[in-house]
Amino acid sequence: MTSSCTPLPRPRLRRRLCGLLLLLCLLALIPIQRSIDLRTGSDRGEAEVLFLPSGKFLRPLCLGYEGLFAEIYWTRVVQYFGRKRLANSTEFKLLGPLLQITTDLDPHLLIAYHFGSIFLAEKPPRGAGQPLEALALLHRGIVANPDYWRLWEDVGFIYYWDLKDYAAAARAFQTGSERPGAMQWMRVMAAKVAAQGGQLATSRFLWSEIARQAGNEQIRKNAEDHLIALEAAEQMTKLGELIALYNSRQGRPARSLQALVVAGYLRALPRDPSGAPYILDAGGRVRLNPRSSVDLNLLQ
Amino acid sequence: MRVATIAVHTFKESVRQKVLYNLVAFALLLIGAAILFGSISVGVERIILITLGLTSISVFGLLIAIFIGIDLVSKEIERRTIYNILSKPVSRPEFILGKYLGLLLTLLVNTAVMTAGFYGALFYQKHALGLGDLVFLGAAYFILLQLAIVVGIALVFSCISTPVLSAVYTFCLYVIGNFTPDLRAFGQEAHNALLGTVSDILYYLLPNFGNFNVINQVAHAQKIPGYLWLGNSLYALLYIAILLGIAVLVFEEREFR
Amino acid sequence: MIMLALETIDLTKEYRLGFWRNRVKRALDRLNLRVEAGEVFGLLGPNGAGKTSTLKLLFRLIFPTSGSARILGKQLDDISVRCRVAYLPENPSFYEHLSAQEFLNYVASLFGLSVAERRRLGELLDQLGLFASRNVPLRRFSKGMIQRLGIAQALINDPDVLFLDEPMSGLDPLGRREVREVILRLKERQKTVFFSTHILADAETLCDRVAVLHHGRLQGCGELNTILCLGVSTTEFLLERPSAEVITELATYASSVIRTGERVRLEIPEESNIQGALEIILRRRTKLISVNPVKRSLEDYFLQKVGASDASQETASAYDWS
Repeated sequence: MTSSCTPLPRPRLRRRLCGLLLLLCLLALIPIQRSIDLRTGSDRGEAEVLFLPSGKFLRPLCLGYEGLFAEIYWTRVVQYFGRKRLANSTEFKLLGPLLQITTDLDPHLLIAYHFGSIFLAEKPPRGAGQPLEALALLHRGIVANPDYWRLWEDVGFIYYWDLKDYAAAARAFQTGSERPGAMQWMRVMAAKVAAQGGQLATSRFLWSEIARQAGNEQIRKNAEDHLIALEAAEQMTKLGELIALYNSRQGRPARSLQALVVAGYLRALPRDPSGAPYILDAGGRVRLNPRSSVDLNLLQ
Repeated sequence: MRVATIAVHTFKESVRQKVLYNLVAFALLLIGAAILFGSISVGVERIILITLGLTSISVFGLLIAIFIGIDLVSKEIERRTIYNILSKPVSRPEFILGKYLGLLLTLLVNTAVMTAGFYGALFYQKHALGLGDLVFLGAAYFILLQLAIVVGIALVFSCISTPVLSAVYTFCLYVIGNFTPDLRAFGQEAHNALLGTVSDILYYLLPNFGNFNVINQVAHAQKIPGYLWLGNSLYALLYIAILLGIAVLVFEEREFR
Repeated sequence: MIMLALETIDLTKEYRLGFWRNRVKRALDRLNLRVEAGEVFGLLGPNGAGKTSTLKLLFRLIFPTSGSARILGKQLDDISVRCRVAYLPENPSFYEHLSAQEFLNYVASLFGLSVAERRRLGELLDQLGLFASRNVPLRRFSKGMIQRLGIAQALINDPDVLFLDEPMSGLDPLGRREVREVILRLKERQKTVFFSTHILADAETLCDRVAVLHHGRLQGCGELNTILCLGVSTTEFLLERPSAEVITELATYASSVIRTGERVRLEIPEESNIQGALEIILRRRTKLISVNPVKRSLEDYFLQKVGASDASQETASAYDWS
């Protein structure tokens, strides 16, 4: 670095310059890494999942640290899902494989089954729209954790909400209620679902349960969104009945909800759970305000 | 010029080490075995050969890099051959640079040999080599970049610590460097601002070896994205410069009692 | 202006020892030396005196705690001066996998020597008796051969100043003579040789000036001639089979009587007593083997400076009677 004829500059100055240069190089790394990350897209680490035949293939490579690797894959599941949701993506190709590997590595990672059952089953853009995959995941979970009753709750929920198969749902709730530690309402739910599948109160209760003991933020938020939708639906039904009553009594259809307030049918302009006022459309039906954040598609 | 002299000398010294031949032989053996594995399951012969072959090159390259890297400086200090060299008109930075370049040359030769073996296996399997097979050179180039960084890490530790500890630290850094995105994800999931910042800093500080891993892509006949060529080369260059800088700074303060 | 080959100014080196780095050991304490160009200078001292530390400091293998030094007028961190000087460490070790020729070639290329200049390497090997083993890998060299190779590599760049740390160590008498010849030849060519040693005999035969180091401090420095003429000289009488009466009579004059086998050695300090002693010996018809004036030797100087109590421990092993 130095020619043999010139003496070196004072050592301390040189050291400081060197250190400064190092720091600059370090800082220069950041934009390079960023641009690589950006262009590779977010699926970088996860895309290889598609190339793995199964999680069982990965087990021996973990050298006994399957738990750690399961945690790593679980974190990847959450990150992957979060990113897809942020980008308003409609397909979650890797969700199933990632969950499969996670649970292959650690069959007792219960949160993975729970999370997977919800978001695999949910229709896009909220989830992968694969309820059967979700059921398959849950059944593997039940095989590995036969005494854990909540997995049966999740099974029952999928039959109830996504597949609308109330008989199967009831059976699932029944089986679950027989497991140790199962809550009382499981038995009650079995009966209710068999008798009155599709009831609003039933759905509400189930979603509240999910929200209450949600294992993570995404599950909780999802459940709350559903509850809000259910509440709005209920309100809209009640409003519809009130309007019908008004129409029959007044002899002419109401032009706006304000009329009902004036006539004393309502105390004030009704608002949906997100705070936006309901509106009456041209056909005389109650509609959500365009500015409302309630998503009725969830009830599909 | 002196740097080149030291580099060539280091290269010659490394090449004479027996462990090198053992490791290369093992790698070639594994590549050969990959052909066998492939023939067991139908349809994936090529994929298995490529995956196993390139992974062998990577893993054995890593072992070679660590083995010869840790001895780099510490052996000279331990055997006191360094007294001689440093009393000649050779500055300490020149010494470090020469050592590194010599080692890099060794790695290049070894990787080339293993890659040649890999192409040989490919030829044996398909009885032909096409233009599309050039993509594996790209994978090998990225593996080489990775190894260049690993050797730099080994060099830094070699200036600070004993050979055994250097090997351990280098290996640990390599493993961690492969999981840096997950580390960062852990930090972000913790929902703790401090932890999140720390994990972000670590993400940019630690070597991100994941950038260089294109084995899966080429195994499934996908092209290596264009931006990776420039991005990875720049990243590796900068990181190596940083490592050499640290090594020089540390080494300049070192006293030889 | 006479250029000083080496000048150290209050050169000090402290080591911090202990787990907490709280103990300080002074390996070198304000060393002030001036070595002139063209002289052979010996740095003497027992083991651990600081000789090796001095040389390492000069070549920036360790760094001074305080003080400075100049080689050929240039500061220590000036690498360019290394083209004109050479260093041979104590118990050198070189790359085992290389042969002697390959090693010298390597060093030559570090100096940037041209191919023409490299032809000298063969002569160099020959000078030190290594030509026959030039293709033997260094791992098969004996200690003496390594030492000689060390001298050879120190001479590659035809340095103006050579710094040698214990150059005679590990050599048999033949090897020592070769190295001595080399140093004397260098002196004839007006090169400066600075070497450290604890072998006093070598210093006596080679050095113009010596410095004595002990516990890191300079105990004394001066021309060998001056030191050797200092002090009272005694006369040594060697007798063969003297009778007991003779011994008793002579004992009054003698400062020491040592019997070795059939010989007795007497040291008679006062010059005036020599006559009387001779008379006694001749009267008793005792066989006289030799009478020699004993000049105050470097040993005496050394012993006096270093301190008899210290010396008995360390220099007992350091003495080399060959």
